[in-house]
Amino acid sequence: MPKLTIDGKEIEVPAGTNLIEAARRLGIEIPHYCYHPGLSIAGQCRLCMVDIEKTPRPTIACNTPATDGMIVHTQTDRVKETRRSIMEFHLINHPLDCPVCDQAGECWLQIYYMQHGLYDPRMKDEKVHKPKAVPLGPHVMLDAERCILCSRCVRFCDEVTQTGELGIFNRGDHSEIGLFPGADLTNKYSGNVVDICPVGALTDRDFRFQVRVWYLDTTKSICPGCARGCNIDVHVNRRRPHHAEGRRVARVKPRFNEDVNRWWMCDEGRYGYGFVDAPTRLVLPVRNDAGETRELSWGGAIAAVVDALGRTPADQTAIIASPKLANEDLFAIKTLAEARGIRQVGFRVPPPEPGYEDDFLIRADKNPNTRGAELMGLDGKVDKILNEATAHRVRSLLVFEHDLFDTGWRESDVRSALEAVDTLIFVGPNGSRTSDRAHLALPASAWVERDGTFTSFEGRVQRFRPALGALGEAIPTWEIVGRILAATGAPVTATRAEHWFRALAAGVPAFAGLTYQSIGDTGAMTAGTAPQAPAEAKA
Amino acid sequence: MNLGQRFYLREVLSGLGLTAGHFFRNMGKHIARSLGKKDARGAVTIQYPEERRPLSPRLRTLHRLVRREDGSPRCVACMMCETVCPARCIYIVAEEHPNPEIEKMPQRFDIDLGKCVFCGYCVEACPEDAIRMDTGILEFSAYDRQSMIYTKERLLSLEPAGTDGRPRSPIPIPPRRHP
Repeated sequence: MPKLTIDGKEIEVPAGTNLIEAARRLGIEIPHYCYHPGLSIAGQCRLCMVDIEKTPRPTIACNTPATDGMIVHTQTDRVKETRRSIMEFHLINHPLDCPVCDQAGECWLQIYYMQHGLYDPRMKDEKVHKPKAVPLGPHVMLDAERCILCSRCVRFCDEVTQTGELGIFNRGDHSEIGLFPGADLTNKYSGNVVDICPVGALTDRDFRFQVRVWYLDTTKSICPGCARGCNIDVHVNRRRPHHAEGRRVARVKPRFNEDVNRWWMCDEGRYGYGFVDAPTRLVLPVRNDAGETRELSWGGAIAAVVDALGRTPADQTAIIASPKLANEDLFAIKTLAEARGIRQVGFRVPPPEPGYEDDFLIRADKNPNTRGAELMGLDGKVDKILNEATAHRVRSLLVFEHDLFDTGWRESDVRSALEAVDTLIFVGPNGSRTSDRAHLALPASAWVERDGTFTSFEGRVQRFRPALGALGEAIPTWEIVGRILAATGAPVTATRAEHWFRALAAGVPAFAGLTYQSIGDTGAMTAGTAPQAPAEAKA
Repeated sequence: MNLGQRFYLREVLSGLGLTAGHFFRNMGKHIARSLGKKDARGAVTIQYPEERRPLSPRLRTLHRLVRREDGSPRCVACMMCETVCPARCIYIVAEEHPNPEIEKMPQRFDIDLGKCVFCGYCVEACPEDAIRMDTGILEFSAYDRQSMIYTKERLLSLEPAGTDGRPRSPIPIPPRRHP
């Protein structure tokens, strides 16, 4: 363990740690562009120069491992002068039209220029012009003029996805990032190159020109796209609703979690939030009697549900929960089933086609909380419930979130089952053909509108937080179920998701001892599961 | 107050005397001026709206969007003005410009003059000199809030004031007196 001194502060770091990481531990930021902890070291940008005592000239910090007794200075005049000169080189051909650039506000060139720049450029010549607004693939747009050739994107495609679509072409100041002939940036992790691009060279085609980044608010969340449970930041636009056609969720960015997704996330998760602001969202409780729809108040809707449950004996009532629901919702459903004596509870619905899976992040199971539902013992046979329904032995059916028509089952089977039940109750954020057939459709909040936890496939319980207010009259599923429970006379004291989680921790052994506090930002493992090795760079 | 004061007669008469004094003094000055005495200047009434006061060139008047040579807006939809606007009365929606050198242009650029406080920050923030407050138009009253929202097309159609400070664009006085 080498012990070194940086700017007068001593620190001991593991052998092999480079000076940027060592300084980061001390809270000292060494400016850099090309260095990324998830990629190999390129030493391209030359910005991370530091002074090391007993070395004759400034040295790049990214490629210098910390050694014992090293004395490093990051703020000497010589270092500052070096940074200013390097910045001047970076800006020789970089257009100075920050306001137009979509990266403005989160651009490291802008940030370091303000800190270290030479404010009066000495460059008199015409800048080199390069292609602008070149689509590299379905998600990424390249502006070669804005590129500072840090090569992070090239290294990402070479090392992490190992697809190698990108390269640096031409020479000297005509060098530019480009696609290899015949290649397109179509790998399943292509959105990450936008995140790691320190400047505005690679922008997101989906997000480009939609909202300025300084209008966005960030909330820590968990990707609901598959069982991996990648940690994400949800960026929402609450303040300027006229942007992006009123869509409230502007984009999703990966959030670093050493044990789950590290810095990355897949494109499917990154662009999969559209249902939150989709026109299919349910906003009011609706009763549907023989084609006649009537809007209900929540009180009326809950009374109608309780009425239906009261009319049907428990053995003729069934619940199809959803692995898209949070642990809190599932436990509330479990509590409801136990209180009413309902034994036909299932959640596992076959997908229309098997999901894509790779050995990096993407899981075949496209539901975020299958593991949680399994741990709670809700794993009844759903196809059996449907058969019973077709045979008129299930008369009240509660369906959560699922569109049963968009599954591996035959549509005619599902239709005859749903037509056979007396009361079909649908609870979920988005309408579907199932909710259209439901006698009662109750709007639930989407995951970004509420608190909750998902359990990933490896048994990691991770928390997501509300980024937005609910749409219309929607309320979280745990609250809907809680109100139904309360209306049937069961004692319900939970008024927050956290209360349901406490009940879950007390009621299900796998969750014993977990609290929102102990889960924190990085998640906690359920009892009896060991964390698996973090996803290694490969796709 | 004593009885004399409670009748106000003395005060009324002294007020009338002051008004009459100004009237006759002004009349004398105007007569002297029309008779050739150039340095005599009486009080002036401007017959608005037929006559207008000269405006300072620095005065902030109704906004306009500056056009490129081909008539398209010079605005690149960077939203600096929208960001800086303390009244939050500017609403911009950006779209991709067909020319990648320009990159961006406003698909929608609305100013809600019902909210605008005429601070001029939008003009100062603009990196392209695309928005100016030099039309010389001070009258943009309307009968409803919707007509106070100036769209991109309307803002683009406005001309800068002439060198004498007079507006060259038609003053948007609502045509309907009774909505």
